[in-house]
Amino acid sequence: MGKNLFNKVWDLHKVASLSETRDQLFIALHLVHEVTSPQAFQALRERGLKIKYPERVVSTVDHIVPTQDQLIRPYRDDLAEQMLQAIEQNTKDFGLRFFGLDSDSQGIVHIIGPENGFTQPGITIACGDSHTSTHGAFGAIAFGIGTSQVRDVLATQTLAFERLKVRKIDLTGTRPRGIYAKDLIIKIIAELGVRGGLGYAYEFAGPVIHALSMEERMTVCNMAIEGGARAGYVNPDQITFDYLEGRPFSPKGAKFAEAVAHWKSMASDPDADYDDVYTLDVTSMSPMVTWGITPGQAIAVDQTMPVIAELDEADVEITEKAYEHMGFEEGGKIEGKKIDVAFIGSCTNGRISDFRAAAEVVKGRKVASHVTALAVPGSRKVKQQAEAEGLDKIFTEAGFQWRQAGCSMCLAMNPDKLTGRQLSASSSNRNFIGRQGTPKGRTLLMSPAMVAAAAVEGAVADVRNFI
Amino acid sequence: MSANPAAITTIQGRAIPLPGNDIDTDRIIPARYLRSVTFEGLGTEVFKDERFNDDGSKTDHPFNDAKYEGAAILIAGRNFGCGSSREHAPQAIMRFGIKAIIGESFAEIFAGNCTSIGIPLCTTDEATIAGLHKLVQSDPQVEFTIDLEAKTVSYRDKTISIDMNPAARTALLAGTWNTLDELLQNEAAIEEVHRRLPSFV
Ligand code: SF4
Repeated sequence: MGKNLFNKVWDLHKVASLSETRDQLFIALHLVHEVTSPQAFQALRERGLKIKYPERVVSTVDHIVPTQDQLIRPYRDDLAEQMLQAIEQNTKDFGLRFFGLDSDSQGIVHIIGPENGFTQPGITIACGDSHTSTHGAFGAIAFGIGTSQVRDVLATQTLAFERLKVRKIDLTGTRPRGIYAKDLIIKIIAELGVRGGLGYAYEFAGPVIHALSMEERMTVCNMAIEGGARAGYVNPDQITFDYLEGRPFSPKGAKFAEAVAHWKSMASDPDADYDDVYTLDVTSMSPMVTWGITPGQAIAVDQTMPVIAELDEADVEITEKAYEHMGFEEGGKIEGKKIDVAFIGSCTNGRISDFRAAAEVVKGRKVASHVTALAVPGSRKVKQQAEAEGLDKIFTEAGFQWRQAGCSMCLAMNPDKLTGRQLSASSSNRNFIGRQGTPKGRTLLMSPAMVAAAAVEGAVADVRNFI
Repeated sequence: MSANPAAITTIQGRAIPLPGNDIDTDRIIPARYLRSVTFEGLGTEVFKDERFNDDGSKTDHPFNDAKYEGAAILIAGRNFGCGSSREHAPQAIMRFGIKAIIGESFAEIFAGNCTSIGIPLCTTDEATIAGLHKLVQSDPQVEFTIDLEAKTVSYRDKTISIDMNPAARTALLAGTWNTLDELLQNEAAIEEVHRRLPSFV
């Protein structure tokens, strides 16, 4: 039996066994942002510890920064200003690479890692953020950690961790028109459940996955965590290597060829062993949209919402809670539900290909008059590229606000928030109660093209009628 | 067992019931309370959005209920702590006064975060959890003892067995849940991996 990528990476990075089930794992790349790091730096100071390998740490600011007037300091929000000052000071005191507000490379941590070439195949990556799974798109083993672990990685470049099981998720068939990477991962979560991945890393495989661009693979891996899987990855292939060639921090010249040979050797062997295999044929899929309060409460846009009496016992309570919060009627249609806000952005769908796909829908059309629509690039580089292609004009002419890079309305830590009971069509990754800024706010997750269609229609719409 | 002062072998106290499954960390501590450079003060913000109505009045959330005041053990449901990796969630629960959580299951990142700040997580089946919720709701004064060594919870004259993640249990019993000291020890092995990894950057 051959080995899968997960176990190859694990074995290469294993430092020691700590107990029967726990290993000390070396973290090749540590990504740091302003929200989950200040207490970790403080802990280092208190113990007089240094950063073990500063060259393996990359930091930026994304969660709290406003997406309007981002450079006007101090921020009106004192607490945000304090956090920003903390990371500026910490990265300076500890000598870390920092893509702050004065850098052209600032942006959401999971977007700038890949676009600068830090994220590479066959390495371990950790970050104090659950969507670190994004980086798995490159064939890295990447997972989110808490602040105590951020401290551990800063001080030792290692973590105490249990080896995960690996489930191979084989996507077969052909991807229909109007079905984007986001639809694929929402469908997987709806099928396997939000707890289905507990204890697992997901290996996304099969012809449908390997036909995806790197940006699309990032969208899929980004939401592995929403299916309960701590990490998700795709084996590196030529598309991966082509993406990495020429990035600012990827290997150059002869070193690149050497790197590619190593990266290829890290991919799962053809006869690799898995703890579980799941196969899904995507040929007859329709665009997906969540209707409830977990990412697994999702249906095809042309389907109706569940009837509680027909559900498994285990799903009844959360479904009742979802209906109560969303105010939707059992068995009703999701298509046609009037929305108040449209949000395109986040580490799930804030990359250039996402804005291209949404612009294709928006072009020559107008956002419905009752809808507030935000297009928020995930990084400054994405913003620049979009502007070079004239996408910003397409969005603003249609009535979208074109913003500066940051997490924005994905979570309520900056000025971009829902108000009251607003219903938002969002390209982000979480529809939890309160996630987008008000306890009563409601979120429908969907692909950026579907968000664009909803913005134009003023209600949930089937993007296939717009492209 | 070692005489490590950080060792956690038993947790004793009254309990607070929190029925409901898939309670995510955004609900445990809403993101706006993460705008802080310390964890201090988080105990008063725990479940904030569920504990107060729009007009600022208190809801009937168990964390508002005087009869559970001073509880040391939280009895949760299934997949507790899913969602965001924020350590602020277990920090807020701990600072509210909770020292251990019993539930049907826990989300992984949340579980790791709990262990790394010394909160034992115990699991048992759905029916037992439902029974514990009822018991505490009808008699909040019941005293519980969680014994990590024996993997049991006892109350009144009953003892039930519980499951724990073996690695977490070992670390708590040995007092090595605060992983940093353990990790710092293997300096030479760390350096060896650092050197053996291909460095293409
Ligand atoms: S965009 Fe959303 S999910 Fe991604 S890092 Fe920012 S807050 Fe987290």
